[in-house]
Amino acid sequence: MAGAAVLGRLSWLVAEVVDVVPETARVKTIAFDLPSWPGHQAGQHVDVRLTAEDGYQAQRSYSIASAPGDARLELTVERLNDGEVSPYLTDELRPGDKIELRGPVGGYFVWEPSEGGPLLLIAGGSGIVPLMAIIRVRDAAGSDAVTTLLSSSRGWDDVIYRDELEQLEGDGLTVVHTLTRSQPPSWTGYARRVDGEMLAEVGPSPAERPLVYVCGPTPFVEAVAEALVHLGHAPHRIKTERFGPTGG
Amino acid sequence: MDALKLDGNAIAGLLQEVFAVEMTTALATCRGCGATDAVGATQVFRGAGIVMRCPHCDNALVTIVKDDTRVWLSFSGVRTLQVTV
Amino acid sequence: MPPIISRGFRGRRDDAPSDRVPPGQYVTGDFPVLSAGPTPHTPLDQWDFSIIGEVDELRRWTWEEFRALPSEEVTVDIHCVTKWSKLDTAWQGVSLDTLLDGVETAAEYVVQFCDGGYTTNLPLEDVTGGKAWVAFAYDGEPLEPEHGGPARMLVPHLYFWKSAKWVRGLRLESVDEPGFWEVNGYHNYGDPWREQRYWGD
Repeated sequence: MAGAAVLGRLSWLVAEVVDVVPETARVKTIAFDLPSWPGHQAGQHVDVRLTAEDGYQAQRSYSIASAPGDARLELTVERLNDGEVSPYLTDELRPGDKIELRGPVGGYFVWEPSEGGPLLLIAGGSGIVPLMAIIRVRDAAGSDAVTTLLSSSRGWDDVIYRDELEQLEGDGLTVVHTLTRSQPPSWTGYARRVDGEMLAEVGPSPAERPLVYVCGPTPFVEAVAEALVHLGHAPHRIKTERFGPTGG
Repeated sequence: MDALKLDGNAIAGLLQEVFAVEMTTALATCRGCGATDAVGATQVFRGAGIVMRCPHCDNALVTIVKDDTRVWLSFSGVRTLQVTV
Repeated sequence: MPPIISRGFRGRRDDAPSDRVPPGQYVTGDFPVLSAGPTPHTPLDQWDFSIIGEVDELRRWTWEEFRALPSEEVTVDIHCVTKWSKLDTAWQGVSLDTLLDGVETAAEYVVQFCDGGYTTNLPLEDVTGGKAWVAFAYDGEPLEPEHGGPARMLVPHLYFWKSAKWVRGLRLESVDEPGFWEVNGYHNYGDPWREQRYWGD
């Protein structure tokens, strides 16, 4: 049942890195071996804690990219140039390294196949990560929920999970990209920030009562949520998750 | 526009650490304007401590201050909190 | 179980002479932005700074009047209770001694009040004698809104939550009135050198 309480105090688990996979120039997926992992719902995240030798600690949250039931727990991390944690995760971590993580957390920004659709998923940059977990669990469950992903990226080479999305498209999943800063020469798609006109074209309409999930940097989420409400989407059917611009 | 403002999802782990139940789906009724929102939909500011604010009227719903062994929570801006147990 | 060390993780910290760094603090080259609420944007033609409460007469300055007061350039270290310290920060501001000059009061405490409703309390003696300023410029530039502009308090000898952003005045009182964070878990005084972060410290 979506939103069901997860009981029990969280504790920090030791996770060993088994793989580090580049997604784009600035984004990597890190796969973990974590035998004590209790499972999760698509959309949830983990808190990651790093401790330096002198005891200094830093903690950040990262959305879980892998679908519930996947063999490995995967996080997809964007390297922020002035970040304290993300450059360590993307540039330093190697298989065999250990970090601490706590979770899964978050019961609000989740989707389970039993909830059905239609689904409208709107991603700003690395905000696509929890939405990809939703897309992956939808696929794994054989869900026929009609799903539209509208993904905003700077350029074609910045689109995270680009190839996998292309493969998954069809069977009720539509993927629409908007590239806000640079476009390939033959590009005929959207080339601007997500706005009300784009949302109305990409659909589904408010009359279809979709479940809407918006994730990305705060300004993106706020602008999109406002545009959705302005179009007539019911606020209680819109779920939002804001990433800090320097959260890493 | 406060680009650094987050939402209740950002403190999901912290709240579960304290309450031992999932809290982002808890519903908070604002003492200021009476609106009810999921904790995950409230605004979260990081100051010296954490301030959770009503997304409709900016009223401070909850403040959280934490050290290694103690957490101080103030719910003075919340009229009612509904938690699924 | 003690936390496990992550190989090669250091965080982004600067080295610094230990006599400049209070216990439990780490030095940063950044200037982190922390806030208890949304950033106010009061237009300067609506801004004023007031001294109210138990005073012989209320004082009030418009922005023009405030900026016409003698100001100082000060370079100080600042210490945030969230464990970062920033050394040699350069400010320009009006000393509280200037603002309180000629104010007659029996009050022993002040409360800083601000746009957005934030408050923080101090003994009056902690804002006098060259210890506090209302700062309007940082690093040679007008203070940005996210850092408290147009003007904030600067009280560097205490944790930085005692230096209210978007300050609009002081209320002088004979009774100590704990402010926003002081009622919610943070220490009433907040001396970083005695690591007075929380209640009971």
